[in-house]
Amino acid sequence: MAYTLNVNGKAVSADVDGDTPLLWALRDTLGFVGTKYGCGVAACGACTVHVDGEPMRSCQIPVESVGKAKISTIEGMAAHPVGKKVQAAWMELDVAQCGYCQAGQIMSATALLAKTPKPNDAQIDEAMNGNICRCATYVRIRAAIKRASGQKEA
Amino acid sequence: MTFHDLKANRREILTSVGAGGLTLAFAMASKAEAQDDGLKPLNAYVQVAPNGKVTIQAKNPEVGQGIKTMLPMLIAEELDVAWEDVVIETAPNDPKAYGRQFAGGSMATPLHWEELRRVGAVARAMLIQAAATAWNCGPGDCTTAPGEVIHTASGKKRTYGSLALACANVTAPDPKSLTLKDPKAYRIIGKPKAQYDVAKIVTGQPLFGIDIRRPGMLYATYEKAPVFAAKVAGADLDAAKSVKGVRKAFIVEGDPNAFSPGGGAIGQGLMPGVAVVADSWWAARKGRDKLNTKWAEHPTSKQSSKLYAEQAKAMAAGKAQRTARNDGDVDAALKASAKTVEAAYYYPFLSHANLEPQNCTAEFKDGKLEIWAPTQFPEPGRQLTAKTLGMKPEDITVHMIRGGGGFGRRLANDYMVEAAWIARETGAPVKLLWTREDDMAHDHYRPAGFHYFRGGVDAAGNVTAWHDHFVTFGEGATPAPSAGMSGAEYPARFVANCRLEVSSMPLGVPTGPLRAPGSNALAFVMQSFIDELAHAANADPLAFQITLLGTKDVVGEAPAAYGAGRMRGVLQAVGEMSGWANRAKLPKGEGLGVACYYSHLGYFAEVAHVAVAADGAVKVKKVWVAADVGSQIINPLGAINQVQGSVLDGLSEALHQAITIDAGRVEQSNFTDYPLMRISEAPAVEVKFLKTAFPPTGLGEPALPPAIPALTNAIFAATGKRIRSLPITPDMLKA
Repeated sequence: MAYTLNVNGKAVSADVDGDTPLLWALRDTLGFVGTKYGCGVAACGACTVHVDGEPMRSCQIPVESVGKAKISTIEGMAAHPVGKKVQAAWMELDVAQCGYCQAGQIMSATALLAKTPKPNDAQIDEAMNGNICRCATYVRIRAAIKRASGQKEA
Repeated sequence: MTFHDLKANRREILTSVGAGGLTLAFAMASKAEAQDDGLKPLNAYVQVAPNGKVTIQAKNPEVGQGIKTMLPMLIAEELDVAWEDVVIETAPNDPKAYGRQFAGGSMATPLHWEELRRVGAVARAMLIQAAATAWNCGPGDCTTAPGEVIHTASGKKRTYGSLALACANVTAPDPKSLTLKDPKAYRIIGKPKAQYDVAKIVTGQPLFGIDIRRPGMLYATYEKAPVFAAKVAGADLDAAKSVKGVRKAFIVEGDPNAFSPGGGAIGQGLMPGVAVVADSWWAARKGRDKLNTKWAEHPTSKQSSKLYAEQAKAMAAGKAQRTARNDGDVDAALKASAKTVEAAYYYPFLSHANLEPQNCTAEFKDGKLEIWAPTQFPEPGRQLTAKTLGMKPEDITVHMIRGGGGFGRRLANDYMVEAAWIARETGAPVKLLWTREDDMAHDHYRPAGFHYFRGGVDAAGNVTAWHDHFVTFGEGATPAPSAGMSGAEYPARFVANCRLEVSSMPLGVPTGPLRAPGSNALAFVMQSFIDELAHAANADPLAFQITLLGTKDVVGEAPAAYGAGRMRGVLQAVGEMSGWANRAKLPKGEGLGVACYYSHLGYFAEVAHVAVAADGAVKVKKVWVAADVGSQIINPLGAINQVQGSVLDGLSEALHQAITIDAGRVEQSNFTDYPLMRISEAPAVEVKFLKTAFPPTGLGEPALPPAIPALTNAIFAATGKRIRSLPITPDMLKA
């Protein structure tokens, strides 16, 4: 059936089975391919989106459960006051190697900074530990979060 | 009109260029062949547009090593164009024009350092010639500034854009006739440049293989046997097809020669399996869940990691099958040694675990096949696909798409031939995507290995004897891919009495290159055992390493020459960076460990600082890296990222990762039972490049191997416990 979803502030319609994970509705049906598939079991964080501002693994959210919740994806971050700062820091420090996980990293980092504008290392660890970077760009991910939050990077 | 359309129509003259033995194709289109707008590339790599923008082709696949940015930097430097005016495109897979196009072996820098700077110099010379013709002067009367030709005497200028059309009449000079820039004049090489696609990455734009969409495209999943190459005995195709959205479900017999247990070449052909094709990938997966596939019996279904270990132990007790080196008299030297050490080492199979699971999109149209593949080596994939599908290679086009991690996994093209086969059977464009579980169960694994060492030191702390019996996998004398060891493996040639022996057992598991293949395992065992000998000799492990390297600058001859002087240099540097001399002041439970390793033409020495808690938990507090990769770091921003990532990758392997085999199949299935390092475990990694007079070499791999023994040697320094088996578990280290 057709589900009406609020994605990045716009109403969109996805004609999928209700048990389809939000990840696949976003990617295959709605064309928001910035959200990535990595594990399918909420173990890697590549599919992280915001559901009413909370970072969630979209591979675990059936479309039928979304209802009126506001979904934000990486494609919406340029219009997000914190998200655009995080994106800028990621670009300035050239965080990525392969880049595949970075949308999920940016979504988690943005959610962190939206609630905790100046996180310490332990808070960064806690918020970001669900996001695997196979290229292990963790040194720069930490530095970019510090930079986006206006803190000293090292 | 894109650059590729232009190139498709031009006449090519192959010009041989010395560097790397590769060939370059230079466009020499006559006026008659010129495009309507008169524009054409200056050569296979460079096109100048009237607005001054310069399009440069990036010839190699990008998998996160930064090559799409780095190779064009070499061209842009000698072309003399502002980096902001450079547009980078991924080149087509076209070995005639570009030579071998691959991401592997950290070879892009050594193969292209000279050649691609000359490509830029040729284009610059053509622009100068076009201006000189217009000004009726000689090319020697002109020079360039970024983006423009200048008449030296008068100061007259022409922008590159204004000369773009006139270049159609200019003959390319011999690349070898041109003088390259003095490195002191570099404006681009050596300056930090962010990855060209960084904006697309951070905004989530389509970039990866998994993001490809084609009109009318369907989505496929492909189920293969957990026991490698086992055939399909039956599957409930109708049940799969009953799922809403599923269009097709069919059995693929596969190529009977797809996989040769225990030996054979890197990569494999079409393995047997069941394909489910649907309107969406989720529907395909739901259909697959209903297949209830039965698999035929297979001769390797009794194999297991436990049996491999038992076999290895038995083989180590007997006579070795082969001798890779036998210098001096090891047995006599051991008898005469002041102290001797014996130790058995083990490392497990590893999976590449690319975060982007293997995938590929294939589309047939009018008898031709078009493929979009995140591959590290497109041409062998094209050939394999042609052979398997009974097509001509020239009827297949492979587009190189950015890969979400490579690490050697995408040097094989199994996903490509699967996608092509499924698309043809389906009769529609198909995107094949493996599940994470498929990816972990059907890798080309880093082979496990067993090493049985004996070593001796004299009273003065010199290594007097070195004996390694390496028990590995293979068929007879042919090792399984990435399971071999050279007779020159360090410290061979540095110890007078040295014996390296190899025995092999058969293996029903595909293996292949994982980042720093061979080295990623051998560094752990060799450098750990050297550290054992250092402690047996009551020596400072770092000083012991420097002593072992002797006094010569180079030992052996190319291609197996070992730059002992360069290694001593990085060891000394890392000692200074890490405060090695003050390590005795560290608190109880903490320690520094040192290791060095030469691989992929790079010399690396690393020190790890660890703290080991009473419960055996290991915390890596910091890693220092001193590296010698020659005279020039081309892109410092990318270079440091590669080194830091390689070090953490190595630590992740050592602390977490193991693939185990039971009943012929892989036991791990996802990141839940094959964990990767996370940010909370990642230490700071301080990197220093020593600039030496040698030609620049690559950085995708060589920082990884020494990270593992630096860690295990640090654990010994902290606890007195020797890690001889990976991965490291807290049980090994409980107080």
